[in-house]
Amino acid sequence: MLQDKDRIFTNLYGYQDFGLKAAQKRGNWDGTKALLDKGRDWIISEMKSSGLRGRGGAGFPTGLKWSFMPKESDGRPSYLVVNADEGEPGTCKDREIMRNDPHTLVEGCLLASFAMGAHAAYIYIRGEFYNEASNLQQAIDQAYEAGLIGKNACGSGWDFDLYLHLGAGAYICGEETALIESLEGKKGQPRLKPPFPANAGLYGCPTTVNNVESIAVVPEILRRGGSWFTSFGRENNHGTKLFGISGHVNQPCTVEEAMSIPLRELIEKHCGGVRGGWDNLLAVIPGGSSVPLLTKDVCDTVLMDFDALREVGSGLGTAAVIVMDKSTDIVYAIARLSEFYKHESCGQCTPCREGTGWMMRMMQRMVRGEATLEEIDLLWEVTKQVEGHTICALGDAAAWPIQGLIRNFRPEMERRIKEYRARIAA
Amino acid sequence: MPKLTVDGIEVEVAPGATVLQACEEAGKEIPRFCYHERLSIAGNCRMCLVEMERAPKPVASCAMPAADGMVIKTDSDLVKKARNGVMEFLLINHPLDCPICDQGGECDLQDQAMAYGFDSSRYDEVKRSVKDKELGPIVKTIMTRCIHCTRCVRFSEEVAGVPTMGAVYRGEETEVGPYIEASINSELSGNLVDLCPVGALTSKPYAFTARSWELKKTDSIDVMDAVGSNIRIDARGPEVMRVLPRLNEDVNEEWISDKTRYAIDGLKRQRLDRPYVRVDGKLKAASWDEAFAAIQAKLSGLSGKKIAAIVGDTVDCESMTALKDLMGKLGSPHIDCRQDGAKIGTEARGSYIFNTTIAGIEEADACLIIGANLRKEAPIINSRLRKRWKQTAGAFKVAMIGESWDPTFKHDYLGAGPETLKDVLDGKNAFAKVLEAAQKPMIIIGMGGLAREDGDAVLATARAIADKFGMVVGEWNGFNVLHSAAARVGGLDLGLVPGKGGLATQEILDAAAKGKIEAVYLLAADEIDMSKLEKAFVIYQGCMGDAGAQAADVILPGAAYTEKNGTYVNTEGRVQQGWRAVFPVGEAKEDWAILRALSAVLGQTLPYDTLDDVRTRMIAINDVFAGLNVTRKAEWSDFGVAGDMKPEGFVSAVRNFYMTDPISRASVTMAKCTEAFVSGTAEGKVA
Repeated sequence: MLQDKDRIFTNLYGYQDFGLKAAQKRGNWDGTKALLDKGRDWIISEMKSSGLRGRGGAGFPTGLKWSFMPKESDGRPSYLVVNADEGEPGTCKDREIMRNDPHTLVEGCLLASFAMGAHAAYIYIRGEFYNEASNLQQAIDQAYEAGLIGKNACGSGWDFDLYLHLGAGAYICGEETALIESLEGKKGQPRLKPPFPANAGLYGCPTTVNNVESIAVVPEILRRGGSWFTSFGRENNHGTKLFGISGHVNQPCTVEEAMSIPLRELIEKHCGGVRGGWDNLLAVIPGGSSVPLLTKDVCDTVLMDFDALREVGSGLGTAAVIVMDKSTDIVYAIARLSEFYKHESCGQCTPCREGTGWMMRMMQRMVRGEATLEEIDLLWEVTKQVEGHTICALGDAAAWPIQGLIRNFRPEMERRIKEYRARIAA
Repeated sequence: MPKLTVDGIEVEVAPGATVLQACEEAGKEIPRFCYHERLSIAGNCRMCLVEMERAPKPVASCAMPAADGMVIKTDSDLVKKARNGVMEFLLINHPLDCPICDQGGECDLQDQAMAYGFDSSRYDEVKRSVKDKELGPIVKTIMTRCIHCTRCVRFSEEVAGVPTMGAVYRGEETEVGPYIEASINSELSGNLVDLCPVGALTSKPYAFTARSWELKKTDSIDVMDAVGSNIRIDARGPEVMRVLPRLNEDVNEEWISDKTRYAIDGLKRQRLDRPYVRVDGKLKAASWDEAFAAIQAKLSGLSGKKIAAIVGDTVDCESMTALKDLMGKLGSPHIDCRQDGAKIGTEARGSYIFNTTIAGIEEADACLIIGANLRKEAPIINSRLRKRWKQTAGAFKVAMIGESWDPTFKHDYLGAGPETLKDVLDGKNAFAKVLEAAQKPMIIIGMGGLAREDGDAVLATARAIADKFGMVVGEWNGFNVLHSAAARVGGLDLGLVPGKGGLATQEILDAAAKGKIEAVYLLAADEIDMSKLEKAFVIYQGCMGDAGAQAADVILPGAAYTEKNGTYVNTEGRVQQGWRAVFPVGEAKEDWAILRALSAVLGQTLPYDTLDDVRTRMIAINDVFAGLNVTRKAEWSDFGVAGDMKPEGFVSAVRNFYMTDPISRASVTMAKCTEAFVSGTAEGKVA
């Protein structure tokens, strides 16, 4: 279990004040100027050596991502955009950071922006996070007042402005290019890539979009050194990570743990175990609603990191662990997710616009068993027709849960269909 | 120059080209719906997916820049499967109502479904239906058919400059249409019908009238304005069903204005289908012989000095040649092709054509517009200006003197009239600095500046501005006259201006009112003050029963532009030929042939018997007619007469874009457009 001294988010539960004074007592904003003085190359190399992989879901190495930003400006400014549009169902980690530990994020924004030569950063926060936005804005204001950001931030000679922007609650605006579109005041629809944001992002300028958690851990990594961060987790999956566990556990919680912790340990140590005991476990969605579910036998041994979960056909995603015990109507659960993706599809590209609705309707019939056995194969094919053919990853996200269901619970689906057939035949 | 391999074929493409273009280069056809060469890339239909080596997923070829060393596969199983999937998705919510759809037979979805569609539907759910949108009198919508390619959205925003279209709502509920319940107020809205790959946007006037495979397609040239848009006339039997644009990068690209496209229903009304002779004050139907006899009776013995001819705005060059020669034989110097009285002469060709050329606009970096409302007089040229403005991201500076109108892009309005023009010349206006700094400045002067008493002086001032700001340097000629009449440049090239001692239009009318001119030959001229012709013997030759026919003593029914092989010269001085799509109505004949026949009756037989003979004669008059479809650099010599300009502001030559000539005035569709877009506006009140 992660020791308290190794926790980055020391006020995750809001037992202390979120404000600047309390944050400084916890160690935030300690020696920030000295970190800046070491220069952007040092920051980037330290981030690379820490092995931090993006915490928003895709797990792209953060230091590497930053290094894509132009070293020399061609006249255009560079921007950092922080993705605080935490909308993935089951995910509740960034919310806690912004609500209770916002100064980790504000300080991280300064350091990250400096590292990529950006004088301005935007935090795009989900519209529903009203209280979080309020706390975060107060933290930003306090940092400005204390001279930590703004002109000559921390006395480092670097000018830095930080803006907070509230979205309007569309899931798709969590996709980085849709987020940029939305930030520019347009309809939130993903852009075509290439060009990637590092070449042409916000207002056509070089931009890096990072998740809240990825940025909020930066100051502590730099203070303690990349090697400290690498001491947690397996090779290629280093660091500490916020896990949000919800569903059928005795004590749902958000907790900071070391990467590569076994799933069972995570649930039993921090959540008081699965409701009704481990053997009552049906399935777990390990990384937010878009990744395929895991059955109990996999959950027994699987480790919670990017590579281990990929090996079992799922993904770490946002590390939002959704636990379902045997009382769960698993087909209904996945059908509900299909409804979500159908509702949140932006409608720009064909496979997702048309496919999500089709999948939802078939899933809803599957719940009642109102289908034929062949339709399970058809449903599988439809998910395959959506997957990989869309502009952004929402199409994949809509397809994977259903694929996970069919892979693991096909007998249950067939049982319902047979029962339904028998019922109407009678 | 990136080199890549497409299905084993190595191709080299221009830098900046897309993978789709590279595939086409390699002779591979890539299916697409949203991609359109002239619009920005949306990449949303996903039909153009191809397999790319080292890419984990198929890529949208329309949006992927071609790079060196790429290996592309367009016919692998993966690609076929991906496209089949996309096609199935497009079809699940498509109504499949092809038998009652006007797009049937020329539908991209239909065509590509033949290659990528399944034989039956696997979709058992309820299909989506979408409420239709009201887009005005021209574009009909059946939005359930929409496949959300957003071509229409991008066209209205990017080309037409009226950002009224958009995709509202999201996901499956996405609806394409106007954000607010409003018609598309653009002169180019008809192009939406061409752009729509399915039957969601179809032509309202053409609805349910014909099938594309029933139509005979004829290449022609538009005469509704002086742009000379290249068109295709689709006819079924004797009836012109519709007009579509024909690709010509130098002129209209692939757009045409709404008037070009929809005024043709005017050709079914108010037609002159047989000769008439006025007997006892009333027009009576007559035979050709009777009509010619009546003319002969009047003209025989009449001195040529008492005969005059005025030429209208839509006349072909062949007829003008025949008229000019006939008038010459009759000994009359009174002939004029400028029925609006524009002060442009034939001394220098450079003084009356659009020297920069339409495509040349794309090199200009500043433009001064004088007395022209391009949206009404030449929407196609206005869209080129807009294109240039977009290309340069707003660095192309445009200013206007005259009426204030919205060109759909950022511009400076300098002032109403000659005073401002003089200020620019004298460097007192801020825009003078812009012109000075510009490398390739241009000036566009419209009939609003020239068709007035002081037109000579305005022309001279415009010329002085062109000289002062270096608009004519080396290969660059930035001096442009924008005509509003399709026949005008041809008329000037053929020299249909008063000969020695001859009278111009206004003088002819005044002389006729005084009885000094006794016979006036109107070749489709309707835009003149007919009350002055009451005393004169009026011969009207044309195809429409408009003002000229009412004033006539003898009517000779001619052919409309769709009914004859004709040569036209556009405002750039580009000589273009159109072909006959249908035969003239009733007893009407081709116009040059009427004049030829009349010349024989009058004993002044013209020396040509075939159209080719007339065209040879045209080349003899002016050798520009020898070069088809090209522009020729015009000589740049002295023109214009410096003088005092009147203080009145310039007024655009066109009040109501939808009704400018006898054909569009008779058109039902144009009447509906007038009601929808013009009545109630300031222009409507004046008109």
